[in-house]
Amino acid sequence: MARVLEVSGLRKHFGGIKAVDGVSFHVEEGEILGLIGPNGCGKSTTFNCILGQLAPTDGEVRLDGRVVTGMRPSELNRLGVSRTFQLLQVFPQLSVRENLILAGQEHKGTMLSRLLGPRDAGLTAAADRMIGFFKMSHLAGEKAGGLSYGQQKLLDAAMAFMAGPRLVLLDEPAGGVNLTMLGDLKDRLQAMNREQGATFVVIEHNMDFVMSLCTRVVVMAEGRVLAEGRPEEVRRNPAVIDAYLGH
Amino acid sequence: MTRSLAAWLAGIAGAAALVLLPLALNRYGIYILSLWAVMTIAAIGLNLTLGYAGQISLAQGAFVGIGAYAVAILTTSGFPFVVGLAAALAVSFAVGWLLGYPALRVQHHYLAFVTLAFSTLAYLVFRNEEWLTKGIYGIVGVPRPSVLGIATAKPLPFYYLCLGALAVVSFAVWWLVRSPWGRAFVALRENPVRALSLGVDTRRYTLMAFAIGSALGGVAGAFYAPLVEFVDPTPFTLALSLNLLMMVIVGGAGFFLGPFLGALIAVLLPEWLRFMEGWYLIAYAVFVMVLLVISPTGILGILDRHLTARRTRAASQARAAAKPVLNSEAA
Repeated sequence: MARVLEVSGLRKHFGGIKAVDGVSFHVEEGEILGLIGPNGCGKSTTFNCILGQLAPTDGEVRLDGRVVTGMRPSELNRLGVSRTFQLLQVFPQLSVRENLILAGQEHKGTMLSRLLGPRDAGLTAAADRMIGFFKMSHLAGEKAGGLSYGQQKLLDAAMAFMAGPRLVLLDEPAGGVNLTMLGDLKDRLQAMNREQGATFVVIEHNMDFVMSLCTRVVVMAEGRVLAEGRPEEVRRNPAVIDAYLGH
Repeated sequence: MTRSLAAWLAGIAGAAALVLLPLALNRYGIYILSLWAVMTIAAIGLNLTLGYAGQISLAQGAFVGIGAYAVAILTTSGFPFVVGLAAALAVSFAVGWLLGYPALRVQHHYLAFVTLAFSTLAYLVFRNEEWLTKGIYGIVGVPRPSVLGIATAKPLPFYYLCLGALAVVSFAVWWLVRSPWGRAFVALRENPVRALSLGVDTRRYTLMAFAIGSALGGVAGAFYAPLVEFVDPTPFTLALSLNLLMMVIVGGAGFFLGPFLGALIAVLLPEWLRFMEGWYLIAYAVFVMVLLVISPTGILGILDRHLTARRTRAASQARAAAKPVLNSEAA
């Protein structure tokens, strides 16, 4: 299996605080990797360093073998790394369909073709397919700001998949989502993985969600990788139990 | 479909009124209408920067000044108006691009201060660089151009020239805001971090928003100079920038028709309230304050909310009719 993402020796220090302190892991093509750990252990900071939102203090990030450390988020996105944020991030004034078109439009053509070409950048059909896949067809024309929280979370995830990315990083996709929606979300993510071979990394606190969704889990504590393995192995690992109970 | 048809009919009626109205007006009335067309162009530019892309600028008046001086200097030295217009466009685009750089680092009121400083700087250049601008004495006798062999020296033909410019600018901006660029501008306004993570090059779009918005300020200035036929620094103080900002906000920032309405109020209100003499500014100020309390999104914001509420009602009625058995999830 090819390694899509390889993180080695990643460090991010804020003054004296070592938020991420030498993290190494990799993501293989077609897998769903869970990234778990107690609050403040550096999961989101790791994401932000991988994605260029933060400049890492040290370490290297490779995408398909190519070093991408310190690239700008928009460049990384166009290379095929997509993400969702811990807090909800959709564009409330745009419709559901427009949100998805936006998520795809910068991956096609040039600035000039985006100015002079068709309004929808030729993406209406693709957006509607994605909307259909996430079972939101009845909401396609609604403004995203008018959707329920759970629906916005679904849209948020759909946007991350819109441009057919190599790798998607999901930061707490299940946070604040009710149980029914949670089932839908897990179902759709699994379908995305199974049917389209999408590869993703999920940060999540909801253990049932992680254990049933992910094929492999990396556990972080205090800025380091504590354990790694299949969900059931990790769950039995004494160091992991200790880290969780210790907090 | 009926909604877009209604919009088209309203647009055609509006355009017909703008063409026919001046035939019934005196010289001064035509001047006011021309001034409206010119100020609308500048406000459309600011609406692009502020209303769509969300980047505040207190320097739009300075760009009107740059455009006006470009045309005044070039046409009084014997160059044709088109050359002046091209220079106004190019210079204000380039300066606007440069002014966009601070916006990559600072936002909101900090950005307002940076642009305010630029506005003051531009005014000082207009006033003090006498070798170029003739300082406080101003440039007298800016000629009105001939277009396709038709002289526009008289008020009515010149009004039609301004109206034509407004039509071209309106079409271009209408196209722009409906293109993927418009969507990227809105994304920039609503959530730049998320936009960046979706591959939107927010840096380039921010600079473009500033450059294009400023260029339209320059175009407005290019027509302002031959309209008043005399260019000196006094019209281009911070007051003009603030006035243009008012036009955008009162009309409705981020609405395509906002600047048209805002400029109409800003240009015509002093005329309507002439009987109040010096008090009209107070009346205007009270009007703006009350408006912004009622609707922070301007006059078109009120209309938009009304239409959205009606559409939502209609949609929920349609849903209720389609699905007579209520289930708890549908709510």
